[in-house]
Amino acid sequence: MTALTPEFVLARIQAALPEARVELVPNPSPSGQHALVVDRRDALQVAQFLKNDPELLLDYATNVSGVDYADHLEAVYHLFSIAKRQGPITLKTRTGDRAKDVTVPSLTPVWKSADFQEREAFDLFGIRFEGHPDLRRLLMWEEFADHPLRKDYIAPDDYEYEPTPHGAIVAKSQAHFSSVAHPASSPNA
Amino acid sequence: MSFHPHTSSFNGVQGAGALDVSLGPQHPSTHGVFRMNVRMEGETITKLQPVFGYLHRNHEKIAEANSWLGSMPYTDRLDYICPITNNWAYARAVEQLAGIEVPERAEYIRVIVGELTRLQNHTVFLGFILADMGAWGSALMYAFREREKILDLFEWLTGARMMVNYMRFGGVRCDLPVGWLEKARAYVETYPAFLDEMERLLTGNEILLARLQGVGILSGERAINGGLSGPVLRASGVDYDIRKVDAYGVYPRLSFRIPRGTVGDCYDRFMIRLLEARESIRILQQAFAQIPAGPTLNPAVKQRGFKPPAGEAYGRIEGPKGELGFHLISQGGEKPYRYHVRPPSLINLTLLEEMCLGTKIADVMVILGSIDIVLGEVDR
Amino acid sequence: MNLPGSGILKGMAVTAVNFIGSFFDRAHAKRLITEQYPEERPILVETSRSFPFLVFDGDPEKGIRCTACKICEKECPPQCISIVKAKDANGKPILRPQIFDIDISVCMGCQICVEVCPFESIRMDNIYEVSAYDRFGTLVLHKDQLLKSNEYYRQIHPTEAAQTDARIEAVRVKKAAAKAASAKAAAAKAAAAQAAQTQPEPAA
Repeated sequence: MTALTPEFVLARIQAALPEARVELVPNPSPSGQHALVVDRRDALQVAQFLKNDPELLLDYATNVSGVDYADHLEAVYHLFSIAKRQGPITLKTRTGDRAKDVTVPSLTPVWKSADFQEREAFDLFGIRFEGHPDLRRLLMWEEFADHPLRKDYIAPDDYEYEPTPHGAIVAKSQAHFSSVAHPASSPNA
Repeated sequence: MSFHPHTSSFNGVQGAGALDVSLGPQHPSTHGVFRMNVRMEGETITKLQPVFGYLHRNHEKIAEANSWLGSMPYTDRLDYICPITNNWAYARAVEQLAGIEVPERAEYIRVIVGELTRLQNHTVFLGFILADMGAWGSALMYAFREREKILDLFEWLTGARMMVNYMRFGGVRCDLPVGWLEKARAYVETYPAFLDEMERLLTGNEILLARLQGVGILSGERAINGGLSGPVLRASGVDYDIRKVDAYGVYPRLSFRIPRGTVGDCYDRFMIRLLEARESIRILQQAFAQIPAGPTLNPAVKQRGFKPPAGEAYGRIEGPKGELGFHLISQGGEKPYRYHVRPPSLINLTLLEEMCLGTKIADVMVILGSIDIVLGEVDR
Repeated sequence: MNLPGSGILKGMAVTAVNFIGSFFDRAHAKRLITEQYPEERPILVETSRSFPFLVFDGDPEKGIRCTACKICEKECPPQCISIVKAKDANGKPILRPQIFDIDISVCMGCQICVEVCPFESIRMDNIYEVSAYDRFGTLVLHKDQLLKSNEYYRQIHPTEAAQTDARIEAVRVKKAAAKAASAKAAAAKAAAAQAAQTQPEPAA
């Protein structure tokens, strides 16, 4: 595969869209996949450019994932070019914070492949993708309130009684069921 | 949510009513617990919404609570038809994240078990798509018979038929047992005869042609935009195989061709599996001839208490179902900070509605079958 | 252009060959035949694994290899192992498990406990008939159920057991050699010290 460096992509973006706010964030890992963090206000425009620029032709957005950091949420896109056999380019957009300002633009209008994956990131992280054609929960059910992959998610303790040898788990389960008097708390009843 | 299947019903107009049907989740042709909300005019599909999550177990959350090594056995359970390639994708992503070298023999073993996995996946696919068309029986049983022989090889090598837990960071867990290679080679020699038998059984069959040809046509351009990968992408005429493009492992040393479809219909998606299986046999024969002696695990890597340096990586391989990728973020600790799976089965469903619109209800099952999904991977 | 229906006939010929062939291929060489399970037991391959067990040498109480280091408990991906260290009469912890439980309704047979064990004390069994009527009691295996002799291990996994035995023997030989060497060194040191003590005498 041809090496397509993020520096080159950044230079192309800056040449074509001088007002777009894009930043190169180095990745210390040996993988060397440095990320381009694009300001969410410019994300859609930059994505359109990356897809259509004849030098880049990043037509294949394979992977979309959400990440929860201490002060913001992040949507990560891994872009490849099938036409030019290049990639990957890591594109990131960031939310303002984790509670109220959790909106980033949806890139589904550019890459249809982001459809289900953005829904998944919305479901599990609570990132709101503005402009997504059908933003609903993907894996959890509609009535579910929380976002399980957030770091501060509190797992429910109403699981079925199990005589797991770990004292802490048994105690947690018993504490739950003694407070709600669930029929499942007496296993052999 | 404007689409409530339980509230809408016939419009009451004679012959021109819309009918909403919930296909699945409990249906043998949905390959597990997959549900589609379908709206039909007569028997023609006018709207289709996949519903996911019936097999969701938050694999990614479990992985964040486990050590890096501890997630390896869980990857077996993603696409449970091909656990070894799941192991491989995870190992490759971690190797990229930490910059780990893999010994040559281990790379060859990975290719051998990976291509055997591809063989058995495509074989089972041939059986299942027939089952989706209503032909329970012969084809599926023949396919399972052959798969059984490959699973026997896996059991001999790894100790388990499906939940293999075989790859490690920087190699594989154990070397091939004495006599394994000869047995595998002898078995692969018999495989073309089985594929010939399958072709005699299936490819000329008029009913099968009528059910597959011209159904669920997808253009290459749409397939790329929809992020489709693997045989489904190549059936639409796109020449993109990660084994060639990324040239990982020892694939550059092996000569093989990439079959491509011309129409992008279900028949192309069916035939491409047969052709890929034949190419896998070629790869296997070369790998059997070339495999060198040597270590099978990089001794510099500490598996227990493995701590990759801080950073992130996206690693991917060409799995039997498509691009299987892992996006991993490490903060230098014993547990991953973020662990994300890019499941080919889920993303290949992105364009299911586009493929199904305008077809008949009976074709939906065939189109779904031609995509080849496993729900363990779709819902994770 | 083929005759219509010829493809189907060709396919039917294949099924006919398979059907008739199954009566003549008794050796199971080409056509796998269903094993009549309870009457016909499968012959397991040597590497086959199901659930872990604890190895002991000789006596189940004294010969237990496990030192209750809790590495497997920590590494077990589904957290199905639970260990409590034994204590001697004075309440001092000793290197032996008091309680060693494995919940095999949770265990997924991944064999990571085997790989991480530094004392070669936990190994994979190949039992497969472990169904029970009582889900909550019977499927948690306790120490006395988990303990199995090294002879049993040699019987079910001969190759692997031979490798393990060789490793243990090598460690023992090395330790013995080191002990002998240190004893020799100590003796030499003592002799040297004695020599040093005796040496000043002529000068005096």
